[in-house]
Amino acid sequence: MVGAACALYAARAGLDVILVDRGPVAGGTTGAGEGNLLVSDKEPGPELDLALLSGRLWADLAGELGEAVEYEAKGGVVVASSPGGLAALERFAEEQRTAGVVARTVVGDELYDLEPHLAPGLPGAVHYPQDCQVMPALAAAHLVRASGARLLTGRTVTDVLLTPDGAVRGVRTDQGDIHTPVVVNAAGTWGSELAALAGTRLPVLPRRGFVLVTEPLPRMVRHKVYAADYVADVASDSAALQTSPVVEGTAAGPVLIGASRERVGFDRSFSLPVVRSLAAGATRLFPFLSDVRAMRAYLGFRPYMPDHLPAIGPDPRVPGLHHACGHEGAGIGLATGTGHLIAQALTAKAPDLDLSPFRPDRFPVAEESA
Amino acid sequence: MTEQPHLAVIGAGPAGLAATVAAASHGVRVTLIDSAPEAGGQFYRQPAAELRARRPQALHHEWRTWERLRDGLRTHVQAGAVRHFTDHHVWYVDRRDTRFTVHALFGPEQEEPVEVRADAVLLATGGYEKVLPFPGWTLPGVVTAGGAQAMLKGTLAVSGRTAVVAGTGPLLLPVATGLAAAGVEVAALVESADPKDFVRRTRALAAQPGKVAEGAQYAAQLLRHRVRTLVHHTVVEAHGAERLEAVTVAALDADGRVRPGTERRIPCDTLAVGHGMLPHTDLAETLGCRLDGLDVHVDDEQRTDVPGVWAAGETTGIGGSALSLAEGHIAGRSAAARLHGTEPDPGEWAAAAKSRSRLRAFFAAIDSVYAPPAHWTEQITDDTVVCRCEEVTGGAIREAVGELGAGDARTVKLLTRAGMGWCQGRVCGPAVAGLAGCELTPSRRPFARPVPLGVLAAAGEPEDD
Ligand SMILES: Cc1cc2nc3c(=O)[nH]c(=O)nc-3n(C[C@H](O)[C@H](O)[C@H](O)COP(=O)(O)OP(=O)(O)OC[C@H]3O[C@@H](n4cnc5c(N)ncnc54)[C@H](O)[C@@H]3O)c2cc1C
Ligand SMILES: Cc1cc2nc3c(=O)[nH]c(=O)nc-3n(C[C@H](O)[C@H](O)[C@H](O)COP(=O)(O)OP(=O)(O)OC[C@H]3O[C@@H](n4cnc5c(N)ncnc54)[C@H](O)[C@@H]3O)c2cc1C
Repeated sequence: MVGAACALYAARAGLDVILVDRGPVAGGTTGAGEGNLLVSDKEPGPELDLALLSGRLWADLAGELGEAVEYEAKGGVVVASSPGGLAALERFAEEQRTAGVVARTVVGDELYDLEPHLAPGLPGAVHYPQDCQVMPALAAAHLVRASGARLLTGRTVTDVLLTPDGAVRGVRTDQGDIHTPVVVNAAGTWGSELAALAGTRLPVLPRRGFVLVTEPLPRMVRHKVYAADYVADVASDSAALQTSPVVEGTAAGPVLIGASRERVGFDRSFSLPVVRSLAAGATRLFPFLSDVRAMRAYLGFRPYMPDHLPAIGPDPRVPGLHHACGHEGAGIGLATGTGHLIAQALTAKAPDLDLSPFRPDRFPVAEESA
Repeated sequence: MTEQPHLAVIGAGPAGLAATVAAASHGVRVTLIDSAPEAGGQFYRQPAAELRARRPQALHHEWRTWERLRDGLRTHVQAGAVRHFTDHHVWYVDRRDTRFTVHALFGPEQEEPVEVRADAVLLATGGYEKVLPFPGWTLPGVVTAGGAQAMLKGTLAVSGRTAVVAGTGPLLLPVATGLAAAGVEVAALVESADPKDFVRRTRALAAQPGKVAEGAQYAAQLLRHRVRTLVHHTVVEAHGAERLEAVTVAALDADGRVRPGTERRIPCDTLAVGHGMLPHTDLAETLGCRLDGLDVHVDDEQRTDVPGVWAAGETTGIGGSALSLAEGHIAGRSAAARLHGTEPDPGEWAAAAKSRSRLRAFFAAIDSVYAPPAHWTEQITDDTVVCRCEEVTGGAIREAVGELGAGDARTVKLLTRAGMGWCQGRVCGPAVAGLAGCELTPSRRPFARPVPLGVLAAAGEPEDD
C-alpha cells in the first residue's frame, strides 16, 4: 500500500517511477489486514498529524477512485463499558480535539440511534466522523494503476547498488539491474532486510494479527465500533489503552472483526485462543453476532518499529535512499500522507509535516539490538 | 495408564471405516466423526433405509466389502469400542503437544458445539468434485457428476429424464451407467480425454486386471443402454431460459481447442459434469501438516509429518475407493500399534501395502490421461459467472489479472472477491487459478466449516491458555 501511494504522489510530482515487488500487487501485509483509516485511536502527536493529513488526501482521492477502492466515510464509534471508562474516553477526546479531531460524546438513545444492535445498557461512546474505510488490496491496485508507474511484479530486489562514495545508483533484481539515483524502501515488514541490502539498519519487526470474517449480512453494524477504556498501568507512568476488536460492516456484506496483536515473529500457525478472544470481544459488543458464522480467519504481520512510528524520508547514512515503512497497524490509513511527504522530499519541497519524528536514523544501535 | 488410548477418526468413508475397524480390532478406543447422516462416505453413500431399496447392491459393485465394514463397525459400536458420531461437522482440530481436541458442530443447523478429546487423530476426509465453468453452467438442471450419483444412491430418484454426462475422469463412467440403469435416457457421455493417450498408457493400465475388467464392464453397460460416447469432445455451452434445455458439444483438435464447425446441440434436462476430484485438506493444513501439491503428505505408515496425526484415503491423493480402503487399513493398524507404544510391523499389512502401490501407480497413469481440454479457459466468456457465491465473472477476473497486477489466485480473490463466499473457493478455485495462468495451490481455510461466533468465543478450555 505504502509503495503504491509513494508511486502515485511521486508520479504526480513529475517523477518517472518504477515499482518493483517480488510478489503481486498487495501480496504483503496490505493483502492481509483491514482498511480502517482511523484518527480515533491516536493520541495527539506526530502519528495523529500524519493520520489527519492522510485522511484529507484519502478524501481527495475518493473523488476520483472512491468507488473502485470501496472508500466509505462511515465514522467510528468508540464505546465505553463503564461510566468511569466514558469519563476517561471524553478526556482523551478533549485532547484529540485540540489537534483537529472531530469527536462528539453520545449517550443513551443517541448511541443506539447510531448503532441499534449494540449490547444494551452501555454508558456511552465517542463518535468520530473522520474515521473512514477502504478495501486495502483494491486501494493498492488502483493507486498503482492511477500512478501510471511501470509495475514490475514477481521481481525480487537482491541488492542495492551503491557508488564508490556510498550513494545509491540502482537496485539489482533477480531479473536484472535497474539504474536510478533514488530508491524508496517501501518493503513494509521486510523493510529492515532492504535497508540491510543498502548496508544500513532500520529496525522493522513483525507483529502478528488475526482478522475474523463473517458470512455476509445486511447492514447491522454501521460504523467502526470498538470498546476502549483507559486502565492505569501501575508498572509504568503511562496509561495503557485497552481496546477490544474493531467490528465493522463492509460494502460486500461480511462483518470484519480485527485485529489481534502479538509479537511471535513470522509464525503463520493458527491460534485458537487468539481468535477466540476476538470472537468473545465482538459478541460482547454486539450480542446478535453470537449466531452469525465466522467464514474464515486470516493473519498478517504488521511492520512495527520500537517507538511505534514509521520511518519516512531520506536516510542521511545512504544518499539517495529513502524509507517509507514501519507503519504497524495503520499503514493503509497513513499511506497517502506518507506518499505525499516522500514526493515532497524527492522533489526538494518543504514537507507539510515535520519529518524529524520519522527520521530513519533515530534509533541508537543499542536499542535496535534490544 | 490403564485407560485404552483414544483415536479420533474424521470421515466415515472407505478410508475412515477401514481405519476404525482396524484400530478398534487392536485395542484402541475410536470415535468416528462424520458429517453425513450415515456411514459410507462418497462411495458407499447408502440408499436411505426408509426407501427399502429392493436391490441396493445393483448400484454398488463392491457391496460385499461395504457389508463387511458396516458389520464390523456395528460390532465394535455394540461392544463399546467405537463411538460413531453422525451429522457432526468438524470445523477445527486443536493440537496441544500430544493431546488433540476435535471441534465439531452438530444439529440440523450445525450450531451445537461438540468437543472430542483424543490422543491421536486420523484424517480421512476424502475429496470433493472439481467442476470447471463454461457458459450456462449455473442453470438449474446442471449438476455435478457426484451430485447425480448421490441422487441415485441416496434417494433412488433423479431429477430429469434425459441426461448428458460430461467432463473428464473415471467417475463419468459409473455415473452414466448408474443413470442409465435407473431408467434415465443418457443422450451422450462426453469425455474430453484423447483416446490416443490411453493407447500410450496401455502398459500401466493393463497391469491392473481388476480395473480393466471394471472398465470393460462399464463399457458393456454403456453399449447395452445405447449410450453414445463422444471422446475428445467437450461441452461448449448449456442452454435454457429458466432451466436446462440443451447443451452444445464440440470436438477438440490436437491442441485441445474446440474444432470449429463440429458443434452440435443435444436436447436434455440434466447435465452431470465433473472434471475429477480434489482432496479435502483444510483440517490437515491448519494442523500444520505438510502437503505435497494438493495432497496431504504421508509416510509408509500413513503418518503425516505432525506427530499424532495420520491421514488416509483421498485426502492424501485421489485414487478411488479400493486405494482408500488399503490406506485406511494401514493407518488404523499403525495408529493402534503406536498408541500402545510399540513399533508396528509392516509385515502385518503387506497385502494392503501391495495393493496400495499398485493402485497408486494405476491412478498416476489414469491422471495423465484424463484431462480437461488444454485450452478450457478460452471457453469461459467474459460474462460467464465463475465464482457463484460472489457472482464474479470471467471478465472481472481477467481485468484483475490483466490490468490490476494480480498474478496469482490469492490476489484475484482480494481484488474481485472470487472465492470469498460460502464455499470459500472450493468450487471456483481451479477456474480462478486457470484464468490467472497459475497452478492450483491449496488455500488456507482455518475453519473447515463456518462456525458461529458464539461457539468460537467459547471453544476449548480457556483455563488452559
Ligand atoms: C491483521 C491486520 C489488520 C490491520 N488493519 C489495519 C487497518 O485497519 N488500517 C490500517 O491502516 N492498517 C492496518 N493494518 C496494517 C497495514 O496492513 C500495514 O501497515 C500496511 O499494509 C503496510 O503496507 P506496506 O506497503 O508498508 O507493506 P506491504 O503491504 O507488506 O508491502 C511491502 C511489499 O514489499 C515487498 N517486498 C519485500 N521485500 C522485497 C524485496 N526484497 N524485493 C521486492 N519486493 C519486496 C513485499 O512483497 C510486499 O508486497 C493491519 C495489519 C494487519 C496484519
Ligand atoms: C460420483 C462418484 C462415483 C464414484 N464411483 C466410483 C467407482 O465406481 N469406483 C471407485 O473405486 N470409486 C468411485 N468413486 C470414488 C470413491 O467414492 C472414493 O474413492 C472414495 O469414496 C474415497 O474414500 P475416502 O474414505 O477417502 O473418502 P470419502 O468417501 O469422500 O469419505 C470422506 C468422508 O469424510 C467426511 N468429511 C469430510 N470433511 C469432514 C468434516 N470437516 N467433518 C466431518 N466429516 C467430514 C465426508 O462427509 C465423507 O463422509 C466415485 C466417486 C464419486 C464422487
